[in-house]
Amino acid sequence: MGNIKQKDLILYSGLIILGLAAPYLFSAFKVQLTYLCVLIVLAMTWNLQGGEMGYNTFGNILFYGLGMYLTASVQVGMFFPLAEWTESGGEKTFVHTTAQYFQGIGVGLLVSAIVPAVIAGAIGYAILGLRGHYFAICTLGLGIAAGEIAGGIEIIGAGQGFTTPPFPAEIVDTEARGKFFYFLSFALLIGTFVFVKYIYGSRFRLILNAIRDNEDKAEAMGIQTMKYKIVGWMCSAFFCGLAGGIMGGLIGYIDSTDVAFDGREMGVFMVLMAILGGKGTLWGPVIGATLFHFFKEGLWTLILGWQYVALGVLIVVIVVYFPEGLMGWLREKYPERFGEVIDEKDRKAQVELK
Amino acid sequence: MNKIAKLFVTFISAITLALVSFTSSFAKVEGEYIVLGSAISLTGKYSSNGVHTQNGYNMAVDRINKMGGVEVQGKKYKFEIIYYDDESNPKRAAQLAERLIKQDGVHYMLGPYSSGLTKAIAPVTEKYKIPMVEANGASRSLFTKGYKYLFAVLSPANQYLEVAIDLAVEKNGGKGVKIAQAFEQDAFSQDVRLGILDAAKRTGSEIIIDDKLPKELNDMAATLAKVKAVKPDVLVVSGHTKGALTAIRQISEMKVDVPMLAMTHCDAAKLSKQHGKKSEFALCASQWHKNLSYKDKFFGSGKKYAKDFQKEFGYDPPYQSAESSAALLVFKDAFERANSFDRDAVRDALVDTEMQTFYGNIKFGPGGQNVAKPMILFQVRCKGDDCENRVVAPTKWASDKFYHPIPKWSERS
Amino acid sequence: MLMVQASLDGILLGILFALIAYGMALQWGVMNIINIAQGDLVILGGYIAYTIYLWGIHPAWGVIISPIIMFFVGWGLYKLVINKVVDRDLFISILATFGIAIVFQQLMNFIFGADVVVAQSEYGTTMLFDNSVTLPNSKIFSAFISVLYAVALVIYMKKSRLGRAIRATAQNARAAKILGVDTEKVYAATFGINAALCGIAGALISITLTLHPYVGLPYTVRSFMIVIVAGLGNLPAVAVSGMGLGLFEEFADYILGTEFRIGAVFMLLVFILVYRRFKLSKKREYLK
Repeated sequence: MGNIKQKDLILYSGLIILGLAAPYLFSAFKVQLTYLCVLIVLAMTWNLQGGEMGYNTFGNILFYGLGMYLTASVQVGMFFPLAEWTESGGEKTFVHTTAQYFQGIGVGLLVSAIVPAVIAGAIGYAILGLRGHYFAICTLGLGIAAGEIAGGIEIIGAGQGFTTPPFPAEIVDTEARGKFFYFLSFALLIGTFVFVKYIYGSRFRLILNAIRDNEDKAEAMGIQTMKYKIVGWMCSAFFCGLAGGIMGGLIGYIDSTDVAFDGREMGVFMVLMAILGGKGTLWGPVIGATLFHFFKEGLWTLILGWQYVALGVLIVVIVVYFPEGLMGWLREKYPERFGEVIDEKDRKAQVELK
Repeated sequence: MNKIAKLFVTFISAITLALVSFTSSFAKVEGEYIVLGSAISLTGKYSSNGVHTQNGYNMAVDRINKMGGVEVQGKKYKFEIIYYDDESNPKRAAQLAERLIKQDGVHYMLGPYSSGLTKAIAPVTEKYKIPMVEANGASRSLFTKGYKYLFAVLSPANQYLEVAIDLAVEKNGGKGVKIAQAFEQDAFSQDVRLGILDAAKRTGSEIIIDDKLPKELNDMAATLAKVKAVKPDVLVVSGHTKGALTAIRQISEMKVDVPMLAMTHCDAAKLSKQHGKKSEFALCASQWHKNLSYKDKFFGSGKKYAKDFQKEFGYDPPYQSAESSAALLVFKDAFERANSFDRDAVRDALVDTEMQTFYGNIKFGPGGQNVAKPMILFQVRCKGDDCENRVVAPTKWASDKFYHPIPKWSERS
Repeated sequence: MLMVQASLDGILLGILFALIAYGMALQWGVMNIINIAQGDLVILGGYIAYTIYLWGIHPAWGVIISPIIMFFVGWGLYKLVINKVVDRDLFISILATFGIAIVFQQLMNFIFGADVVVAQSEYGTTMLFDNSVTLPNSKIFSAFISVLYAVALVIYMKKSRLGRAIRATAQNARAAKILGVDTEKVYAATFGINAALCGIAGALISITLTLHPYVGLPYTVRSFMIVIVAGLGNLPAVAVSGMGLGLFEEFADYILGTEFRIGAVFMLLVFILVYRRFKLSKKREYLK
């Protein structure tokens, strides 16, 4: 990546410095900032499927929830019997030492990245053979089914939920927990961004785009589309799992349908954020998620009770009137800024074709 | 790219500015107001119970403020509550608790509705050492975690229906009974189940059906068909209001004959109104009933509370409202005894709470649960088409005799 | 006896699902949209029946009043939003109707409260086999009404002018337009009819099961499933697969336990889709 332009360098270093300074500047907003990082990660990884590959998935929530349960289970299971931890709604109390806590969450996150990726690979062949809306509905079903089934499994707390290990009590600083999770999620965000940016500069992205534009033709060109689709999904699963793991630790309490496999909220939000910002672009999901999060946190409490009506209307307005998102709109308006040289006639012809 | 980047940077810095100007923290006590915070379910699946809770809080705030407020160090203060809507979602509740504490500077919290949400909030309040008096999180596991800042005015969930099993055993001549049970997959109902398991072990009873109901439950015909086939002595159902209504509808339609039917959430579900005579003889666990003889100087008796509540909100108060009102009385009492706004002083005062409210006696056990108040059971009884909840246990307040066994459907008119 | 009970319960329930699925198939076939708000339309229909029940009218009249009101709700919804998603990517319609579903749920929550409600039909119960199998008459009534409406609709589609226009549009919208069919009106009517079917189903649910603002989605998924198994516009197949789904649910309930009932429905959806995908991929085709 030696070809990063100077302006970009300034931008990126500025953002990183802002990101690192944020928990000190806005100490009271650490949790919201952590949410923001996780939301951006989810939107960016959704964009790999929905935006680049043309596979509108509702199923990434599956990996998110899986990651959440896995991190917590590993963190507990490494040191204590998991079944006893969750028994009777988590009545027995085991205390992690500081070292155990961090070792546990470290290994837990590792597992929560790898296992969802492996699962994505395993089910990918079956699921990714579906196209268009069948894929969308199938993954929707998958996410909800996962939540319902997780709600019936005793060892992870079933309907009573799973209380994740509390932050070690030996660390007296009440801000430490917030900082820890913020930096964890910020690191994940940077990791995801670098990875997605790398993909954007690679042949892999072109293949994904080819699949989106016309899968049959791509196949006819000799691309093994299935292979690339699965790899793409595995990448998303990897980061979604990590995001879930971090969120599980942050929230502290995992409920099967409302927190982990939260398709009704997170699952839809990630789609919405990517579309709001503009799918199929690098910065779109980032901007979309940021806008969405600020809108949500800022306005939500002002319209107490009506926020879901507002959300519903927002969804309808965005997808009906604004399906290309903010970046799409900007691109339409200032194509030259995007480094695109577009023949005016060609563009018009394309618009007419639409 | 350049333009976009610039736009983005402008946007970020604008937000930054907005945030910096916003981070003016509120005080725990503002002027003459003591600010309490609460995340409550105004939307989502718990919203009706969330509103009962909120009404209970508001009712008590109004009453206390009207009757002179809270006196601390010779100065009168009034209560004020900041509410956020947690959307019946634990994730959101935890986030909002954080927000109340960090951004709104709230130093004292009131609980949300439901055990699951309380479980999500308790670690947050505990971390920041914020005293929380909660009225709607009954799960037993809340009180075994060693939380120091959590106080519940209600009896833990496992006690809800234990008494019912004891009653059944008593009616069976002291011998163990056969129990069929169905519980929703959520923190509260599963805790009620634990109570039944304990009671069954204690009395030598046998559990012959142990079903779990999904959260989106609207059909439990399969469970009931099994019940019909094995003929248990007691059928226990718990699943918030949904479970109570579904159970009665299908029991009456499928003509399931059981000698005893024990449930939770009957009054919140307005069972006797929605199902009328079909719900007769159902035995319900409750934290409170208006006919109990407790008294305090703010609300008078339970009956008076019910009347005032009816006047204010237009419906009969379910126990969820009563216990929420009681939470405020506890806070007032603690502030006055602590005579300070120091969180730890208030917390220590809460530990020593020993008082009577219209809702019942309140004294906190080591885990923070209320140990001074027994659960009560009432039974739905009808006169003609008019159905009412009559207290049947404990005997001290019983206004009616416990009717057992429930007559067969073929013998009911 | 348990098996008999489960089968009868399943079949009666399945007929109701089939009615909802028929509406789904209709709009999917004619307008090419997938309506996630289908289940919420059902629940809204149920609340209409519940409202008239509160007014002291027998809730069974809901099966006549509810579809009439719902027809106009559907029509209005079409004019407001749906007309902008017809002819576009199906995913747009999925998301847009998802948004509508959220709005509906929340508005129902405001208007009717989040309490679970039931309407009483007082129809009593039919006992079979010496009281060991019970069939609530309300369920028999609901199955009967479902069949009645479905048959009426099929005849209407075959005979009436609007019905023929709808079928023509489904076959080829452009050709129908050229031949003078006002497709815009046809679309609106189709969506209205779909909403009316949901209204009937909702009214029946209000007297057989329970109503709650947030239980719409499982109905959507069930009807989607029935449609992809049965295909578009094939009423007998819709009826059969509806009953099949009802049976599956009841038996899943007995065998896996009630807690996995909803999970089993969604897993079945996944399995059916995957099964069909593998079957088609042998011919190098895919689900369209």
